[in-house]
Amino acid sequence: MRRHISPSAAIWLLLAAAYFIIPLIATLLFSLNQQQTGKCCSVHAYGTILHDGAFWSNLKTSFLLALETIAIGLGLFVPTIYLVHLKVPKLRAVLAFLALIPFVIPPIVMVVGLLSFYKGSPSWFYAQPWGFLATAYVILAFPYMFFSLDAGFRSIDIHTLTEASQSLGASWITTLVKVILPNIRAACLAASFLTLAIVMGEFTIASLAAFHTFPIYIQSINESEAYPAAAVTLMSFGITWAAMLSLLVIGRKRGARGAVIAGVR
Amino acid sequence: MAREDGCLITTTDAASEALRPDTRSGRRRLSLAWLGTVPFFAYALLFLFLPAGQILIGAFKSKTGGWTGHNLNLLVHKPYITYYETSIKISLLTAIAGCILGFFIAFAAIRDGTPRWIRGIITTFSGVAANFGGIPLAFAFISTIGNIGIVTKFLHDHLGWDIYSTHFPIFGNFTLFSAFGVGIVYMYFQIPLMILVIAPAIDGLRREWREAASNLGANSWQFWRHVGMPVLLPPLLGATILLFGNAFAAYATAYSLTAGSVGVVPIQIGYLYSGNVLDDPHLAQALAFGMFVVLFVMMAIYVPLQRRSARWMR
Repeated sequence: MRRHISPSAAIWLLLAAAYFIIPLIATLLFSLNQQQTGKCCSVHAYGTILHDGAFWSNLKTSFLLALETIAIGLGLFVPTIYLVHLKVPKLRAVLAFLALIPFVIPPIVMVVGLLSFYKGSPSWFYAQPWGFLATAYVILAFPYMFFSLDAGFRSIDIHTLTEASQSLGASWITTLVKVILPNIRAACLAASFLTLAIVMGEFTIASLAAFHTFPIYIQSINESEAYPAAAVTLMSFGITWAAMLSLLVIGRKRGARGAVIAGVR
Repeated sequence: MAREDGCLITTTDAASEALRPDTRSGRRRLSLAWLGTVPFFAYALLFLFLPAGQILIGAFKSKTGGWTGHNLNLLVHKPYITYYETSIKISLLTAIAGCILGFFIAFAAIRDGTPRWIRGIITTFSGVAANFGGIPLAFAFISTIGNIGIVTKFLHDHLGWDIYSTHFPIFGNFTLFSAFGVGIVYMYFQIPLMILVIAPAIDGLRREWREAASNLGANSWQFWRHVGMPVLLPPLLGATILLFGNAFAAYATAYSLTAGSVGVVPIQIGYLYSGNVLDDPHLAQALAFGMFVVLFVMMAIYVPLQRRSARWMR
């Protein structure tokens, strides 16, 4: 057993630190440059972003979309996974297999399929982010939600809990809401933060379906103004960091470890 | 086994109750359990399987609605075949490079002598960085090694090195806005993904094996040649394939860096949708179908490897 870090390990770790930290520092320095001179330091770029109405409206759209995706996702998956664990355990393997499919299919392929299948559908669905985008995001979030929730359900004894609750006269709904949900709260929160990170960063589907979400806004700034673009990039990193760190903290606390690899490439 | 007993009781209960109507809801218990999963499967059918099926069928349809192999035939000819070549080349290179670099970084973080807190930081950071990507990542690199990026300027002003006029062996002239640059940026999410995937496999390399090998007189090289590598090879190959799929599917990063000019398949599909009128939806569907095929081949390699490597993880 070595006592000190080996030199080769130290070199690898330093190189890794350089590669991963320098772009973050560079973005920060870039965002502090002055608009006219290109020299440090000014927080003008942040002001430009914060005073842009489009920033707030697109951020709001993405955030509400994330909430809607989380609500539909949890509403759909929690009762399903609960029932499957409780009554039809054979279906669990089917669900786990299905959960891999959205992970394997690239979003670009998914959006081509969705756009051609729902072409000509009513505009309240097809032309609204709350319809088309939200339903696509639920599918996108499905693998991450499934593995978080599945781990959550496995870590509690749902059979005993359900039987105890029902023997006291509780209905199915009461059992699910008042007994099961509080016990898988950590898993639900983990699934929600993961979904939040995915939706706040998703570009491909929103771009091809021509909706104005937060990542689309960042791209439009990227194309027009360099320093505010750095500022908004850092804000976006901040959102991902906050969501993922909350997820990791929850995971560590309650042992509800789920998938932590989301797909916003 | 308590869980299984509990399950048995519930199943028999449900079965016996299924024979008599539930007085409260008027329905039978067992059928209720099945009914509960219907919304989920209906959702998956509507928003996953039918759209996917639309691609499989649409790829074989012509503009006029008849069956045709024309679209798929286009894929194996220029320019479409070169899009697949570029996509596969970038994905393969970043997968292999990410695999090697990620492995060494993970190994350096896990091996004896490295303080435990370093591993904690690396795992946490990897969990976050594997989720970076897309538009913000592209811009982070533009402000780092773009034309007027901080590092580009630093190298130019202080070291007299202009990376934009340097010719690199194999990769050619550097610019962030080509396949070369896209590959470098992809490493930012490939390496962390590799670290997350490979860390359990490195943990599985038991210290006892190392001690047993050295007790028998093996040196470090012999240990890696006869024990370490044979054990790690399946997870390494599996991880490479996972990374391949990861880069192959990436759209936002490449789009943002090159403004849609780099010739990879996802960008070309996006290009077909960029106009107001989609000229030929079946061509986009055929391109998507081609991606299916490549990923299917990759999965066909990945699944048996995964099964093999799972044996060592017990």
